[in-house]
Amino acid sequence: MLAFILRRALQSIGVMIAVGIIAFTMFRFAGDPVNQMVAIDTTPAQRAEVRASLGLDDPVPVQFARYFINAVQFKFGVSYQFRQPVSALLKERMPATLELATCATVIALVFGILMGIYSALRKDSFFAKVLQAVSLIGISLPTFLIGILLIYLFAVTLGWLPSFGRGDVVKFGWWTTGLLTISGLKALIMPSVTLGLFQMTLIMRLVRAEMLEVLRTDYIRFARARGLTTRAIHFGHALKNTLVPVITVAGLQFGSVIAFAIITETVFQWPGMGLLFVQAVQNVDIPIMAAYLLVVSLIFVTINLIVDILYTIVDPRLRATINRPA
Amino acid sequence: MTDAPIPRTPSLLARTIDSDIFYSFRRSKLTMVSAAIVFLLLMMALLAPVLVVQNPFDPAQLELINSRIAPLWTAEGQKPFLLGTDEQGRDIYSAILYGMRISLVVGVLGVSFAAVLGIGLGLIAGYVGGAVDSLIMRIADVQLTFPAILIALLIDGVVKSALGNHLDASTTLIVLVVAIGLSFWVQYARTVRGSVMVEKNKDYVAAAQLIGLPARVIMIRHVLPNTMGPILVIATINLALAIITEATLSFLGSGMPDTMPSLGTLIRIGNNYLFSGEWWVIAFPGLALASLILSINLLGDWLRDALNPKLQ
Repeated sequence: MLAFILRRALQSIGVMIAVGIIAFTMFRFAGDPVNQMVAIDTTPAQRAEVRASLGLDDPVPVQFARYFINAVQFKFGVSYQFRQPVSALLKERMPATLELATCATVIALVFGILMGIYSALRKDSFFAKVLQAVSLIGISLPTFLIGILLIYLFAVTLGWLPSFGRGDVVKFGWWTTGLLTISGLKALIMPSVTLGLFQMTLIMRLVRAEMLEVLRTDYIRFARARGLTTRAIHFGHALKNTLVPVITVAGLQFGSVIAFAIITETVFQWPGMGLLFVQAVQNVDIPIMAAYLLVVSLIFVTINLIVDILYTIVDPRLRATINRPA
Repeated sequence: MTDAPIPRTPSLLARTIDSDIFYSFRRSKLTMVSAAIVFLLLMMALLAPVLVVQNPFDPAQLELINSRIAPLWTAEGQKPFLLGTDEQGRDIYSAILYGMRISLVVGVLGVSFAAVLGIGLGLIAGYVGGAVDSLIMRIADVQLTFPAILIALLIDGVVKSALGNHLDASTTLIVLVVAIGLSFWVQYARTVRGSVMVEKNKDYVAAAQLIGLPARVIMIRHVLPNTMGPILVIATINLALAIITEATLSFLGSGMPDTMPSLGTLIRIGNNYLFSGEWWVIAFPGLALASLILSINLLGDWLRDALNPKLQ
């Protein structure tokens, strides 16, 4: 078991080093950092000075080592467009994105599981068929179209919800939250629904499939034979066994929720990391792009690692396969 | 003396009509409707120059006097602008047809690029095996953890910084195709590799090796055709994904420029007029994009079920 965790952790570090090399290559070779930082009338001598002060004359391996050591301490250089340290910018934007992604995942889990249970238990009912059809449309519509549709309905036509921004936020040290003010909560509704919709349809389909599978097994038949109430069978026995894979998928999807937040944040002008990244791509602000890639990869890799380890702890059958030499 | 009629080989058309796939096609009304919609949209995009009232890519044909006209059936509608015009006097209907052309071209080229790359790497990985196989598949594993849209955005940003921020429209199109191709190759590689691992142990491959055919010929002429079924399904579903990705990139401002708009660009432009009441600038491109993607997805779903006898 310990060997498995170690091997898995080493793999994750390997992935992070690979991503680090890509980030460094982008940072160093895509465009000339000096050109981005100096004015047009800077003399060649001054340019050389800037170049030397940035350490761009050193051998590439030395530069990579320096970039790597800085990145481990979350120092990612200075943004070309804002002239501020990238880490400060990311830190300022991170609470907005994490709050949005968490809310979206909670919405997706709650509604996805409920709708999945309903469409499995009443699988021939009219409403279940409607849910299936709607979920197909939900998968087919691009996220930004759904967001625009919601804005048109609830902000332009009805005027109930704000169409952009985070509303009023409360500060706790460096963390900001919109969960404690009315305007913050109102601003959160549409972006998190938009972001969570895709995961919701995914979870709904998964719960439905798993639940139908479980309901056919022998132990459910045995529970019926014992004379348990339908309620106890469905929610006490069937649901419990359905939820393990569902939680795993939801956990693994959290990373892509953060990545997909790029689109949602642009539609709703939500001041998170995704919006920062999109603006960085448009303005060719390489330090921010490289740093965003590193931070998001770190989140991805950490979540994957935790889910993998938890999974083997929860499911003893997997442990048997792991202990076999690979 | 009467001759018995000689049985004739049925024509290609007759064989097609008699096939299982065509039967399952006729059985599903939804599939026929979506096939009809895809065909209709495809034709409209193909024949766009004949069907439009102006060339939306040609600034000389846009007149500011015609700006912000509502659709024809509303009180303020004006001929010949069926679906209204945007701020630059661009006819929305013409822009949609030309935009759909761009979206389809980027989608089809992107998927083809991804397929060629993925099939090639998958064949090599599966047939050669060993260290080459591990290397290719490790890269695939790592890339699979990242959503395609993130990879496409990164590639787009890096290319822009290498070539300068202001690219002309046709270069942008190529960048989009490359970005989409590099983001979607993994699925093909995995599928082809899996099939090749199964196929290469069969007798016909051993026979081909025995008569001295080179590995390249065996891979492309003999193994590859046996892996095509699943590839076709992935390509159809990926076409919808590629069109979504292109539209998203253009919507985020990293795709096609305003002078040569795709459907995604049109939606981004229309988004600016959401609050001023000019709903038609965004509604019709959005509708066109949604129906295109939905019908391609439905076709892909049907194809997956029809080509997979296990599910029937």
